[in-house]
Amino acid sequence: MSRLGELLDRGDELIITGEAPVIDGGTLADYEAKLQELAPWCDAMNATDNTAAHAHASNVAMAIAMQRVGVEPILQVVCRDKNRIAQQADIMGAALHGVENICCLTGDDVTAGDESEARRVFDLDGPQLIRLANSLKEGRYLSGRSVGTPPPLVIGAVENAGTHPLDYRAQRAAKKILAGARFLQLQICYHPDRLEGFVKALHENGFAEKCAILPSVVAVKGAGPLKFMHNSVPGIDVPADVISRVADAETPAEEAYQLVLEQCQHALSLPGVRGLHLTDFRKDGSMARLCNDLGIKPRTEREQHAHDRIVAV
Amino acid sequence: MGLISAIEHVIKKPIWDCKMCGQCVLHDTGMTCPMTCPKTLRNGPCGGVREDGHCEVKPEMRCVWVKAEERSRTLPLMPEAWREHFNNLRPPVDNRLKGDSSWKNAMSGRDKETPPGWTPEPEAPAAEVEVEA
Repeated sequence: MSRLGELLDRGDELIITGEAPVIDGGTLADYEAKLQELAPWCDAMNATDNTAAHAHASNVAMAIAMQRVGVEPILQVVCRDKNRIAQQADIMGAALHGVENICCLTGDDVTAGDESEARRVFDLDGPQLIRLANSLKEGRYLSGRSVGTPPPLVIGAVENAGTHPLDYRAQRAAKKILAGARFLQLQICYHPDRLEGFVKALHENGFAEKCAILPSVVAVKGAGPLKFMHNSVPGIDVPADVISRVADAETPAEEAYQLVLEQCQHALSLPGVRGLHLTDFRKDGSMARLCNDLGIKPRTEREQHAHDRIVAV
Repeated sequence: MGLISAIEHVIKKPIWDCKMCGQCVLHDTGMTCPMTCPKTLRNGPCGGVREDGHCEVKPEMRCVWVKAEERSRTLPLMPEAWREHFNNLRPPVDNRLKGDSSWKNAMSGRDKETPPGWTPEPEAPAAEVEVEA
């Protein structure tokens, strides 16, 4: 079983996932180098599926590449570019290479990307894709045909706690959990109150026990990326006072670091939160500093600690 | 297009902008057609809803699912069961039914047929989660 699957089964240890950088041209060595900033801290990393509707090396190819360089992948599968036949083929194809973690998303629209004229597919939606992945795990394609040996998939999903309809988002998350999601990576959220309300609703209704809730944070170097997210990423609202806090600071890069540190501390303080999903846009060693400031040990040390604990019991 | 389909289209197009998917779920989605969502999502809003409640793809349009969710709670005269069905997991669209009359398919039960590998929800629908706004 994947490390992520084991952590989910054990039920109480911290889980850190990370957004692996995409790659276009290059070699496996180039890709390995790109992963190094974040990989040592993560239990598993997302092999993204044409993020923001921009073509990159494919999700399946990146997931296999990660395996080859010793990083545990989470195969992200979106509904925008492929129909249900191709989605099943991708999941089974990746599983053939030992990729077990799957994260099911509806996905950004084609208009979010640089080829807006492309045909959008959305044959399935996110919750349907979760059930589909479960069918594969249970041993059959959607058609009912046997897959042979069922892949031991660890199925997860995403949710945006920070956008409308706010009162409904926890219910939508619960729907995904009931459909079979065992971990939930949340969209980046700059409204702590919204995150809090969302997590509280899931926690108080027993859903946080069934599913690891992992709020996302992104480390940026200044106000520019915050403004970009606010203006250009639908579903992410960055309040004006957050942007000005960074923009007007004496050293915006340091202020942006303090902001992400506070976000992590806040998220981890919420009952029901199991860990974090990290994205790094700073690429200056900040991930090590962040994890150090949060008291998060590198993956290998956490693995060793868990092993010692199990042996002691 | 048969006679029943034509009648259905004439009635439902002007009111709900019906796309004739042939497997209508309008009653479960706050009398708001999910096929008018640019991503044709049948299981709730995507994560791209804008801060003003409008659509990621068409910023000038209010999100179909923001509207549906509101209407599922507030629309008068709607049977309670329809409101409760809002959060059900709806199966993938059967693309063979496009253009058919959903009335005909509802009467024959054809619109309830799902692929053999589509497993029902393991547990009861998640209608009970309340969020303190």
